[in-house]
Amino acid sequence: VEITTREFKRCVLVEVSGRIDSNTAPDLADTLDAITESGNYNIVFDMSDVDFISSAGLRVLIDVQKRCKRLNRGELVLVDVPEQIYEALELAGFLPLFRLFDDTTAAVGSF
Amino acid sequence: VDPDSASRFAFFMSTLRTHTFPACFDSLADIGAFVIRAAEDAGLDEHRISQVELAVDEASSNIIEHAYGTEGDGDIECTCRISDEGLTVILRDYGKPFDPQHVPEPDLDAELQERKAGGLGLYFIRQLMDEINFEFTSGAGNILTMVKRKEQRCE
Repeated sequence: VEITTREFKRCVLVEVSGRIDSNTAPDLADTLDAITESGNYNIVFDMSDVDFISSAGLRVLIDVQKRCKRLNRGELVLVDVPEQIYEALELAGFLPLFRLFDDTTAAVGSF
Repeated sequence: VDPDSASRFAFFMSTLRTHTFPACFDSLADIGAFVIRAAEDAGLDEHRISQVELAVDEASSNIIEHAYGTEGDGDIECTCRISDEGLTVILRDYGKPFDPQHVPEPDLDAELQERKAGGLGLYFIRQLMDEINFEFTSGAGNILTMVKRKEQRCE
């Protein structure tokens, strides 16, 4: 899995390509933890190049969303969610918990 | 034709593939690739293939985390059976027996801060596959059989 981050004025963009499973979810968690620990709670997660996500990956997303939304200090939003990942989010009942955007420009602009 | 010999014939006509993987998270991508290939050869459509991929990943992760309790403590034996009906995936491990009855259903409607992060794996497997069956035998290990049909059967 490859993870890159880019800081914008009002949010941080995270781009991931590859699989997010029990093997790689800890890498994603480390990246997102570092972002929130540095005081950034507005996070845009570009999922367009994510091939696969298991419940281990969804666990990371829900943990980070809890942290971001606490005290209304921010939010994790998802961008360009591939179909099979949308289905996993739906199955987990996560759709009401995340705002989804079609492209990163709109997501970054929403903050 | 007596139904027993008919089913024996159907079994004979199906194709079996088995591969043994070390029970490590590192193996998950390889297990996925192995099962995807079988699902393609079984003629499943793209949507069903991704459902099988997710179910098998969840089941394999459960084996590593719960049956063995740690990484690198045994193997996961994965058998794919391709038949006219679709694909059957059989995962066998030699870890602790696991009782699916004791796994609570996840609360899918809870407020964000009350959401439990875990417990989705078994729920996903049940939702994504057409049939699942657990067997626990002393000595022969735990066997999880999961069936994905090519088309929804009318019931």
